[in-house]
Amino acid sequence: MRTLESVMIEHRFFHGLEDELTRAIAGCGKQVRFETGQYLYRQGDPADTFYIIRRGSVGLEMRGPQGNMMFNTEHPGGVLNAAWIVPPYRCSTDARALETTVAVALNGKCLRDKCEADHHLGYELMKRFVPVLVDRLTHARFQTLDVYGAGMA
Amino acid sequence: MHTGAEAPTDPMIPRLFAVRARRDETEDTFTFDLEPRDLGPRDLELLGGARSMAFAPGQFNMLYLFGLGEVPISISGDPAEAGRLVHTVRSVGSVTRGFSGLQPGQTVGVRGPFGTAWPTREAEGRDILILAGGLGLAPLRPAILRILAERRRYRRVYLFYGTRNPQMLLFRDDLERWRNTPDLAFEITVDHADITWHGRVGVITKLIAAADFDPDRSTAFLCGPEIMMHFSAEALKARGMHGADIHVSLERNMKCAIGHCGHCQLGPAFVCRDGPVFPHDRVAGLLAVPGL
Repeated sequence: MRTLESVMIEHRFFHGLEDELTRAIAGCGKQVRFETGQYLYRQGDPADTFYIIRRGSVGLEMRGPQGNMMFNTEHPGGVLNAAWIVPPYRCSTDARALETTVAVALNGKCLRDKCEADHHLGYELMKRFVPVLVDRLTHARFQTLDVYGAGMA
Repeated sequence: MHTGAEAPTDPMIPRLFAVRARRDETEDTFTFDLEPRDLGPRDLELLGGARSMAFAPGQFNMLYLFGLGEVPISISGDPAEAGRLVHTVRSVGSVTRGFSGLQPGQTVGVRGPFGTAWPTREAEGRDILILAGGLGLAPLRPAILRILAERRRYRRVYLFYGTRNPQMLLFRDDLERWRNTPDLAFEITVDHADITWHGRVGVITKLIAAADFDPDRSTAFLCGPEIMMHFSAEALKARGMHGADIHVSLERNMKCAIGHCGHCQLGPAFVCRDGPVFPHDRVAGLLAVPGL
């Protein structure tokens, strides 16, 4: 049986993290599995968990005038639910497993408390989360441009 | 510069072709096959005897719908398939809307092929990354078909196709075949979808980050909206690729197709004559100039 730490260090999100910090983060985590169609979380839920995907894929959806629309999918290596670090800690989307999905689930409240107590840990986590957030913002802008809409003959 | 098949003797005289088949790709995009009209000896003499339909992947033809006008359209067929020309057109203007009404048997004037080609030969022995955005899959299709037909000449081959939504996907038979092609890493991603879609959603550049390729031994072919090619080229460079190994296909207002009229001028280059396929490092600076 592999420890959570050994699973985490293989994931690119944790590359380069000191062993002691990896152990501290693993103390807030567990391995989870979702079957196809199962929701990891729903819009408005407390954002008390974030996920590091190991296998499978997850669709991020929002409720629109014509029903739920999927605006992003995450795959192995992807990180889900950055709302755990932003008050009021509420999920802003639905997240649904598109196939059997295995992930590491990390308790946000547990990690926030550890980050408050150890700012070095907090800084290391922020260095990993900020690029994820910037990428998401850049990608969302790109999608807003609707570049494939028309024009090329 | 990579040149393809030669144009007919007089590049300003269209040859007459008949529509052999027509099929809808999406609500506003369609593909049609052309074959040469039967010509008499006097006609052939007038046209320089040119009956060849040979072309190189990436080249385009000027298609003339009599009474409406002429438009540049990339060739989307298989370069190994003799005997027909295939073009894919989106209805966006008066001429292309006219083409959308074409039926088998009708006549189209064709000048070409023109322009530079995807460097498929020069890329042999290397990793290949093909990134198509929207209708940009059409000019890449001949290169894809050639590379897959000669698969052993290349190392890893990635084909990434991004489009607005699942309804806008082109060449659905090809997509199904490519999904099941061994030794081809093929991914489709759409900007958004309803919950019946089981594929990827998100921007095409996300796929580059996850691809396993050797940046010093890779060649990339990019075709789609300029903003998509810009972001994709930047993502490839962030992975270590050189601008000279990234090739883009540009679209401008091409009229004469032989570098005389100047409509398609992009700085010192004429897109019709020096392109449409360019190494990215040759045009990146020009594309960054607003309004050029």
